[in-house]
Amino acid sequence: MSDSIGLNHYLMVSGLLFALGIAGVVLRRNALVIFMALEMNLNAATLALVAFSKYNKLVEGQVLVFFVIAIAAAEVAVGLAIIVALYRRKQTISVDQLNSMRL
Amino acid sequence: MSVHDSLFWFFSLAMLLCGVLVIANRNPVASALSLVLLFCFMAGLFILLEAFFLAAIQILVYAGAVMVLFLFVIMMLDIKASERRKFRAFGIAGGVIVAGAFVWELVLILRQLGKPLATGEVDFQGKLEAVVKPLFMNYMLPFQVTALLLLVATVGVVLLSKKETK
Repeated sequence: MSDSIGLNHYLMVSGLLFALGIAGVVLRRNALVIFMALEMNLNAATLALVAFSKYNKLVEGQVLVFFVIAIAAAEVAVGLAIIVALYRRKQTISVDQLNSMRL
Repeated sequence: MSVHDSLFWFFSLAMLLCGVLVIANRNPVASALSLVLLFCFMAGLFILLEAFFLAAIQILVYAGAVMVLFLFVIMMLDIKASERRKFRAFGIAGGVIVAGAFVWELVLILRQLGKPLATGEVDFQGKLEAVVKPLFMNYMLPFQVTALLLLVATVGVVLLSKKETK
């Protein structure tokens, strides 16, 4: 790795983090950990946006990331509330046991 | 190897290690704390990319607010560390195949990607003004809609977490 760090390096890191997030969503059974893996996916997309923004000299990428972070905060609040409501009803958050459509 | 390069390798390798820990830890509290570290390293990468404002937001909103919310919920639900499960060959194979296919595709694409075009003229150098100005001028409507969405989310959370009265 003698060449200097460029856009491709950042994209590679972002892609690897995204793949880790996907693996987490598929592998884990705990709804909370699945949710954390989804946050990792969002962050990977964010990193790609910031890298593109820097190397294309367009500030819009960073503006978009600002919106992504704001939406992610709202999404986490709603998602965690849903998980809490689910736990109150079923006494479990393992997705193996949450297998019926009706509550 | 310049300082920027070595910092990049340090931050990205540490971040990916934290990512592995998030999905490998059996205890959700340990997963959440690894995720906090991951967000901090991500903020380091943002600083390397001269996005100082976003690095600050990342620490404040993600590592601060979001992860505290996660830890509160873990504490409230009183989740035990998941016990050793039966070997789920199908699940593990599925996860590895999906993630591996994604990485393979990514490598194929990145190998034929040339240098970036640098189409824009803004040399913003991470100045706060350069990032925030479009937010309040060109993107004012999305900004306001985001505020509305946060309000709706707040109302929804209150509704969802209310105890049911029978």
